[in-house]
Amino acid sequence: MTTTIETPSGTAQTMVLNMGPQHPSTHGVLRVVLELDGELVVKAQPVIGYLHTGIEKSCEAKTYSQAITLTDRLDYLAPLSNNLCYCLAVEKLLEIDVPKRAQYIRVLLTELTRIGSHLVWLGTHAIDLGAMSVFLYTFREREEIMKVFEYVSGQRMMTSYFRIGGLALEPPPGWLDRVSCVIDALPGHVDEYEDLLTNNRIWLGRTQGIGILSAADAIAMGASGPMLRGSGVAYDVRKAFPYSSYDEFEFDVQTQTAGDCFARYQVRVAEIRESIKIVRQAMKKIPAEGPIRTVAPGIVPPSREEMKTSIEGLIYHFKIFTEGFAPPPGEVYQVIESPRGELGFFVASDGSSKPYRVKVRAPSFINLQSLSKLAEGCLIADVVACIGTTDIVLGEVDR
Amino acid sequence: MESEFTDKNPVVHKLREWDARAVAEVIEFRGETTVVVPREHLLRAAEYLSSEPSLRFSFLSDITTLDRFPLEPRFELNYHLLSLDRRERLRLKVCLGGNDPVVRTVIPVWPTANWHERENFDLFGIRFEGHPDLRRILMPDDWEGFPLRKDYPVEGYR
Repeated sequence: MTTTIETPSGTAQTMVLNMGPQHPSTHGVLRVVLELDGELVVKAQPVIGYLHTGIEKSCEAKTYSQAITLTDRLDYLAPLSNNLCYCLAVEKLLEIDVPKRAQYIRVLLTELTRIGSHLVWLGTHAIDLGAMSVFLYTFREREEIMKVFEYVSGQRMMTSYFRIGGLALEPPPGWLDRVSCVIDALPGHVDEYEDLLTNNRIWLGRTQGIGILSAADAIAMGASGPMLRGSGVAYDVRKAFPYSSYDEFEFDVQTQTAGDCFARYQVRVAEIRESIKIVRQAMKKIPAEGPIRTVAPGIVPPSREEMKTSIEGLIYHFKIFTEGFAPPPGEVYQVIESPRGELGFFVASDGSSKPYRVKVRAPSFINLQSLSKLAEGCLIADVVACIGTTDIVLGEVDR
Repeated sequence: MESEFTDKNPVVHKLREWDARAVAEVIEFRGETTVVVPREHLLRAAEYLSSEPSLRFSFLSDITTLDRFPLEPRFELNYHLLSLDRRERLRLKVCLGGNDPVVRTVIPVWPTANWHERENFDLFGIRFEGHPDLRRILMPDDWEGFPLRKDYPVEGYR
């Protein structure tokens, strides 16, 4: 965050305008310092940090298991993706595997997260550009997804459902029926959104040819996720570096070559459909019974039954929840494909029970850097479209 | 000449062949390769790794710092590189002393480094030589101290 406003670089006609930090279309507390020539944007400079809460520093004061709860609060539209990436990083550090059943459940829930996150994006982006009704529809569907999360983990948003070595608890009976209710209704709803937007002349006018990012620029600026794929680069962590058994699922990496706001819209809508495919496959793959946690004494808590009946179980339970566990010294970097792009966790251990350093490679933070490139040369009204298709979550940008 | 190097990783092998001085140490841990690069060779090595046609590390994923306080050299800078079409990752590590945490910027190679370097400056006080706009990014401009350093208390100074 900074209070300095750069002096105008252009002619005497330019003026400086602060867009945000209190502005409905900045989706949080983002400030963009705009240098304007009439309505034309000469320069756009994002200013961030208003939501900085020091999550990385706080992680250093928590045990490895406790830090999971902090990861929920990064990208609050996709808490399960954050949980997954952090858990995978610590599991890599500990060299433990997760049972297949837990891996498939993780895949299913993170794909639901992706759908939910894209729905919020679509609704808010549409309302930013004046299409009010889409917002009402997408939030209706998202609510159903949130209900599934609540049913499975007990929480709508701050789930902390994925734990080191598996899952927090066995999903309740009948949960897959609820998932299939949501998933079966979704394709029709996505058609509905597309009917409202894809061939809508106003929508096309507001998004086509706006905020163009070339493939070379996207790579140079480190953009990832739909930002990168909208520019024609077919890079998806789920395919390139499969984790959590993603290599057993069939889906396509969606790309568009135009690199404008409309291309990014198309990529995200197509990704909702791909995620539906993955969820359906996962529902078939998940065995009805089986362990949801790996057996790793001293690291993964024993079952309630074991804790109550065996002395070892009781000791492990007590030790895990009081002093935690100590992974060997070393550093790992784990990446996953979050709804916003390449989410990375760099976890360093010094051999104690608290992480020595946790660094989050937040896709929103990096993608936002490209905003200057997108917005420059656009009209001031198009800045809203550019911010929208960058799909930032300020909790993750500022950490 | 070639038999001089016995690196299993072909990338490290290539890097050493190009300039053996650029590789101070190679660490293999949990399937990840880390190359420790002396500070003065960082920019050259970055240019080589990103432009060499058989390597193409064109994507900089992340830059982050580890503070080893009170050990010296105190700071370890980690550059996480990615080759998009070869599907390979590599970590470069640069060690910096506590009283002289300065390193050349890699913006000419990877423009995305701009905000990464500002963040490391903001939270750790690492200075990047040649950075066009080295200001705080997350903390307020008038903030004192570097919050992610190990000698900075979690609750802040009172």
